[in-house]
Amino acid sequence: MKGWIGELLRVDLTKGEWKAEELDQNLASKFIGGRGLGSKILFDEVDPKVDPFSPSNKLVMATGPLTGTSASAAGRYMAITKSPLTGTIACSNSGGLFGAEMKFAGFDLIIIEGKAKEPVYLYVEDGKAEIRDGKAIWGKTIDKATDEILSETDMDARVACIGPAGEKLVRFACIINDKHRAAGRSGVGAVMGSKNLKAVAVKGSGSVTVADKEAFRKAALDGFQKIKANPVTSKGLPAYGTCVLVNIINASGIFPTRNFQLSVFEGAEKISGETIADQILIRNRACFACPIGCGRVVKVTDPKYGCFGEGPEYESDWSMGACCGVDNLDAIGKGNYLCDILGIDPISAGVTIACGMELFERGIISAKEVGRSLNFGDADAMVEMVKATGYREGFGDLLAEGSYRLAEKFGHPEYSMTVKKQEFPAYDGRGAQGMGLQYATSNRGACHVRGYMTSPEILGSPVKLDPFETKEKAGWDKTFQDLTAVVDSSGICLFNTFAIGGPEILEYLKAGTGIKMNLDELMKAGERIWNLERLFNLKAGLTGKDDRLPDRLLKEPISSGPAKGKVVELDKMLPEYYQLRGWDKEGVPTKERLRELELE
Amino acid sequence: MNKKISVYPEKCTACRLCELGCSFKKTGEFNPIASRVRVSIFGEEAFYAPIICTQCDEAWCLKACPSGAISRDYGARVVRVDRERCVGCRMCTLACPFGTITYFAPEGKAIKCDECDGQPECVLFCPTGALAYEEESIPTRLKRMETARKLESSSKEVQP
Repeated sequence: MKGWIGELLRVDLTKGEWKAEELDQNLASKFIGGRGLGSKILFDEVDPKVDPFSPSNKLVMATGPLTGTSASAAGRYMAITKSPLTGTIACSNSGGLFGAEMKFAGFDLIIIEGKAKEPVYLYVEDGKAEIRDGKAIWGKTIDKATDEILSETDMDARVACIGPAGEKLVRFACIINDKHRAAGRSGVGAVMGSKNLKAVAVKGSGSVTVADKEAFRKAALDGFQKIKANPVTSKGLPAYGTCVLVNIINASGIFPTRNFQLSVFEGAEKISGETIADQILIRNRACFACPIGCGRVVKVTDPKYGCFGEGPEYESDWSMGACCGVDNLDAIGKGNYLCDILGIDPISAGVTIACGMELFERGIISAKEVGRSLNFGDADAMVEMVKATGYREGFGDLLAEGSYRLAEKFGHPEYSMTVKKQEFPAYDGRGAQGMGLQYATSNRGACHVRGYMTSPEILGSPVKLDPFETKEKAGWDKTFQDLTAVVDSSGICLFNTFAIGGPEILEYLKAGTGIKMNLDELMKAGERIWNLERLFNLKAGLTGKDDRLPDRLLKEPISSGPAKGKVVELDKMLPEYYQLRGWDKEGVPTKERLRELELE
Repeated sequence: MNKKISVYPEKCTACRLCELGCSFKKTGEFNPIASRVRVSIFGEEAFYAPIICTQCDEAWCLKACPSGAISRDYGARVVRVDRERCVGCRMCTLACPFGTITYFAPEGKAIKCDECDGQPECVLFCPTGALAYEEESIPTRLKRMETARKLESSSKEVQP
């Protein structure tokens, strides 16, 4: 096999055993790798009705066939499991150096099963694995645990680790690799914690090979040319990181503010990518094989919020900033830092705190319950709540359940800004209809990276669409969702897609793996992956009724700004979306479509 | 023109594309340990730099090699390892003060940069200009110009 290593590692933590298995070539071709292949394995091996925290749930760490090559930003790995936040299939994607090193260490995938009796960590080196005692690092923050594992193993090993939040089963705990890169969403880190697995460290001296060397080199260099020619990937992202979006999205009137009560943030300028570059940026940092380099190394020198690390990204800048009404960049930097070392998804953390703020301001919860006041705009409160969430201390124990369970507990689920119990990211779907539909139909709940409709609706790439228009959005959403499934599964970063699309990815995959495929077949593979995830969710007990948005997005028009008066017109788009997907009126894939997709 | 690979560490983002370009050109596989250029990453100090052979005029590795495998190519202005003659004794790796000639276990040979005979692949793959193939006096000229600028601004500050 080329591209793929051809081996997977299966670790049974209950028995304390591991074995290497040959990768099924047919499955790899059909589901590409990464997200697709990992989802297929989860689908085949785990009952979708499983309690996410039971030993019967599995955690699959999966690279793509391009991971570890010189294809643009080809360093991704994905964590696939059943989510304790949403009850859906979870797939969280991360960059950094871990994914490529996993392949150099000899494995395309690592499947974690069962539950260790006591805390352990896994060390994988050149085709072999060791389950090591992790008691000494249990309870430690990610930065410290990572350093200790590096000193116990190899200074050049790469570590994917959970923090106190994952150990304490915070429902949106993440897995952080290389200290700052996160498989962030849907609580994959909590599943790892439920297995008593603190970390996975990998180190390898092996190679990744490709099928057609000349063609691959050409495809890689062509990709770089396109990245260089595109203003987003060659200028915007390198100059200001993902936070380049703050001013753009705010100016479009879809920058959710104060738990989506407003969609324009008066303090946006203070937390923008430009301000970050001006005030706290030290250096740009790229993930493996990435010509873009959107990562930000920052240092906050403010005495109260002082910290050093990477980020904030656009999402965390927004969730702990605008969504909480906070315009203090130093405090956001600190909140982001805490998320990194405690191991929590800053999107869900910030949006859940914002939900708490709204409940507080409406008098639904009191200062007594929270242990302090919790008003929008209170930077100290935000930082304190992030920390409390990560450690499940005091009110943080409720925040750690996510905004849906929090709001529901106090009788007001309508103030939870979630889909399928997962918190929204930083784009208000009311002012970008395709994004609204995307949120409703995403297989892992509210998410921007399952079909980034912001690109055509706001940024004008590959073409500019009217964000308020509902017509044809169903088709666009389907195409974006299917293509994204391909991108993720291949092992390259989604950010490439500002500059390169299906044809370029097809070239990478053909030259890389030797797979014989045309563009239609590639997109069909993406559609197959999407439908497989859907099937998992339906078997888990979700229905078409879960393809809904909070009433705030459906019934409360945006009150001011460029998108004033807009709601998500979901009913105009969803039936067409189901039809295009070949699903019945209840959102269930028809037998014919499943047969076409070879998913029977 | 006396061209040479120059390194601008401040431009490095630690993406390691140089390692991938190099190992693929030299071995046909992607494998950082086969790369003749390696990126050193000090995450906590926000410092990253590609480290590559500077092609010493009086090369320690060459002097240390007992099998005559290492020689200076005066035309190309690089120091080369002859794979046929290399016995894998690793003396060169001990002698080199920079760690830029390494022992590559899968082949049992010493490997080092030969600037790809004037078309260095690492430079082609570097997205930020942290590696450049250019007239060898350019980096020092740039540094002198920077020094002069500092001198200019400091002299302005002290003027009445």
